[in-house]
Amino acid sequence: MIIKFRPSAYKITSIFLLIFFLASLITGVAAAQGDDPAGPSADEVNAIARQLFCPVCENTPLDVCATQACAQWRALIREKLAAGWSEEEIKQYFVDQYGARALSEPPREGFNWLVYIVPPILFVAGAYILYRGLRSWNQVDEQLEISSASEPVDDDYMAQLEDQLNSSRK
Amino acid sequence: MTELTNQPTPEENNPGLPWGRIALWGGLFLLLALMAIGLKRTQEGHVQVGQVAPQFTLTSFDGQEYDTADMDGKVIVVNFWSSWCKPCESEAPDLEAAWRYYQDRDDIVFLGVDYVDTETEARGYLTKFDITYPNGPDKGTSISQAYRISGVPETYIIGKDGVLAAAQIGPFRSYDQILSIINPLLEQ
Repeated sequence: MIIKFRPSAYKITSIFLLIFFLASLITGVAAAQGDDPAGPSADEVNAIARQLFCPVCENTPLDVCATQACAQWRALIREKLAAGWSEEEIKQYFVDQYGARALSEPPREGFNWLVYIVPPILFVAGAYILYRGLRSWNQVDEQLEISSASEPVDDDYMAQLEDQLNSSRK
Repeated sequence: MTELTNQPTPEENNPGLPWGRIALWGGLFLLLALMAIGLKRTQEGHVQVGQVAPQFTLTSFDGQEYDTADMDGKVIVVNFWSSWCKPCESEAPDLEAAWRYYQDRDDIVFLGVDYVDTETEARGYLTKFDITYPNGPDKGTSISQAYRISGVPETYIIGKDGVLAAAQIGPFRSYDQILSIINPLLEQ
């Protein structure tokens, strides 16, 4: 089967395709212009910034912090990335300059280990205590059931009560 | 024939020390002790007047080393600042003017400690206010931690005996205020 294009329709389609192709080229150029081709992108800067904390505010990651100090730190990250520093080198620079508290995740050394060790230990200890508590609770219930079922009633008071109940039923 | 009973064995009757419980309570106690120490340090506030001032070494932006341990018999003015700190800007001209007033004396030192700052902006700040006394970064925030500062600007004035004589939390209000604190210390 042969598909025949009508000359006018073929021409219109070609023009549309050409316009679409040129438009996509222009859009591509515009997107590239958004990021400085010579320097690191905002995403690259933020990837490191989110691993650091604002030096002057409480518990605010650097990538979402609006203070001037944070803006300066982000600019510093950009500067270091442009100079060819690796992520680890930049983080180490921040630790050297501003101390380990600049990091969002404390380094695994010295007393910092407590942060990583204590919560799981407390969780396991809590689960164990809960398990022991539930187990002893069940055992007490079982023992009560066994004792109430197996032990004969030899209480005089209970015997009298039974007698009175029986007589009242008659 | 051996009869199986539920009677406890001698070992069960005397199980020894409950090591698990001891470890659990010991760990809990240790954790609470650490938390208490942390809370105490947090609530302690800055170094108080009358306490021996922490000694430190500051490497200036020019690469010179200043060790307060070598400054016995001198009044030391330690100013914590940062280029992103607006209140620091209000006191910077007064501090510089006070330094220029005293700089010919050999019994007083001004040291500027740049807190969590970037070097480019810090140098720009020093140029902007034409600051000439030694300034350097607080590497690893060790100096600010030793003085337990809560922000910037804060200024600590150490007497000739090495004891903290005055603490200014927040910016100085005027040049005269700075001189009124320092002059009596120089006369001692």
